[in-house]
Amino acid sequence: MITSESLTGSSNTSTNEEPAIVVEDLTKRYGDLEAVRGVSFTVAAGQTFGFLGPNGAGKSTTISMLCTLLRPTEGHARVAGADVVSEKGKVRSRIGLVFQDPTVDEYLTAEENLRFHAELYGVPDATLKTRLRQVLEMVELWERRGEIVRNFSGGMRRRLEIARGLLHSPRVLFLDEPTVGLDPQTRAHIWTYIETLRRVEQITIFLTTHYMDEAEHCDRIAIIDNGKIVALDTPEVLKARVGQDRIEISVDDSENAISLLKARFGVDAMVSEGMVAFYVANGEEFVPQLFAKSGIEIRSVRVARPTLDDVFMTYTGRTIRDAETSGADQMRANPRFRVRGR
Amino acid sequence: MTLVLPEVASVREAGDTFAGDLRGVRVVWRRELIRFGRDRTRMVTSLIQPVLFLFILGTGLSAIARSTPGVSFKTFMFPGIIGMTVLFTSVFSAMSIVWDREFGFLREMLVAPIRRWSIVLGKCLGGMTVATIQGVIFLCLAGAVGVPYAPVMLIELVGEMALMSFALTAFGVLLASRIQQMQSFQVVVNFFVMPMFFLSGAMFPLSGLPTWLTALTKIDPLSYAVDPLRRAVFDQLHVSPLALRALDPGISWNGWRLPVPFELGIVAVFAVLLLGAAMVAFSRTD
Repeated sequence: MITSESLTGSSNTSTNEEPAIVVEDLTKRYGDLEAVRGVSFTVAAGQTFGFLGPNGAGKSTTISMLCTLLRPTEGHARVAGADVVSEKGKVRSRIGLVFQDPTVDEYLTAEENLRFHAELYGVPDATLKTRLRQVLEMVELWERRGEIVRNFSGGMRRRLEIARGLLHSPRVLFLDEPTVGLDPQTRAHIWTYIETLRRVEQITIFLTTHYMDEAEHCDRIAIIDNGKIVALDTPEVLKARVGQDRIEISVDDSENAISLLKARFGVDAMVSEGMVAFYVANGEEFVPQLFAKSGIEIRSVRVARPTLDDVFMTYTGRTIRDAETSGADQMRANPRFRVRGR
Repeated sequence: MTLVLPEVASVREAGDTFAGDLRGVRVVWRRELIRFGRDRTRMVTSLIQPVLFLFILGTGLSAIARSTPGVSFKTFMFPGIIGMTVLFTSVFSAMSIVWDREFGFLREMLVAPIRRWSIVLGKCLGGMTVATIQGVIFLCLAGAVGVPYAPVMLIELVGEMALMSFALTAFGVLLASRIQQMQSFQVVVNFFVMPMFFLSGAMFPLSGLPTWLTALTKIDPLSYAVDPLRRAVFDQLHVSPLALRALDPGISWNGWRLPVPFELGIVAVFAVLLLGAAMVAFSRTD
């Protein structure tokens, strides 16, 4: 299928120059409640961008606005080269969306779900046959395409949703909590698909998550809390900004090691779980010096980088789990509240 | 995983095109049919109710409704029960939108590059098809209550059922667009569907009623859909004029007995208005 866009070369090549998502001052208010408070960010084409925050921070509301499901109260957003308010149709046909709650039809077979999707998005019959097989093979559901979805497990349904979101070759794929409610093994599996996906399809991925470890897969992360972006950068930079790495060494004489560390490097070490532990700015560069200059007999060494949990803590002053338990925010995360007709 | 996928761009820009909307209509309609075809329990249960009404209630009431010789009360009820089957099937079918909202599939439709009116139209056509099929299945019982299988009557009935079910599904979608949860469904049934059903003349003839009740039956749009069904059936029966007047009085405005095409016209106008209102209401839900 040659579209006028692909003839002018703007279809895929342009997305490499123009950002896939541009958000300026996006705000969503429900009466007095400000669910999203003036967020701005840009996602370059081909990137995986993570929206990280506790439930109720405004992640789903933002994604709904970017997918044209909710009208922003203020601000602008362009997704895949089209405005989310004035060019809804264009945005919709260029994005794929995997929802937080399952949205596949349980009474249909896997293949029927995909065929209906293809029809809605106008995927030409000529391409559909190959495309259907590709996406189903990618999520390892090709063999089970004829089965009714009701008999699928939670993980299989999520995989089917991912396949469906990809079927029409979107330029931007939105994944709203792609692994929530799945067991760790299935979560790891889903991430394998996402990694394959971005390698093979070269599309932009925008995902929300409240699992810190999953945010590590992203090229860039925005940390959102109470409807505002409090930090935005690569996971490495964010973690570096937290500053210090934790180094743990195993020695025979802890007392001696601690005093030597103080004398040679000026660091305050302490005994923690049988190891001597201390913090330095750049752990990996420090280790060679440690061996060369400390004179301590070291049996083993471990360098721990700061985690995104530490990052979240630094920017919001609480852990993500503490943030989740604050009840007032829960209301914002409730889709029923959000979808309410007005 | 070693997968080689060919070049990505294969999507037509489907946004805001009429052809895209029509595809949306077709998807919603076909989905309705597939689901109906697979849900045998629904098909059977939705036939149990009319069968109970006709053969249990109908037989029971025959005992006290002997005033009209030559016509069994079951025969009288038959067209009314057809109306009932169509009414409930249509409204239930429309209400599945609420179900879809709760269980997510609606979001897949809402985010697709189609305009929302196409979802409403597809739903109404789906409800129409499903309810008409149910009605036709029920029609097979005609012989059991002394109604002949006259081709003219069958054609009339199918056409009338289709029109009526389209209007009723549109009505259901209009209500569903305002409802967020399945629990509210019972409220809808009690406040709208049951009164409409009782006042429509499906269960008793609209003759010799107190003035207040007569007035209410004339306000009920469903009356104008049930009366044509009854007349189509009674046209095939050989009944004394007295019994005909008692059991098939029709609907009169100031002494003018409305002709069937006029009644169907009223239903058609309602269908269009309800469809329009449902489209507007549904497009507004955020």
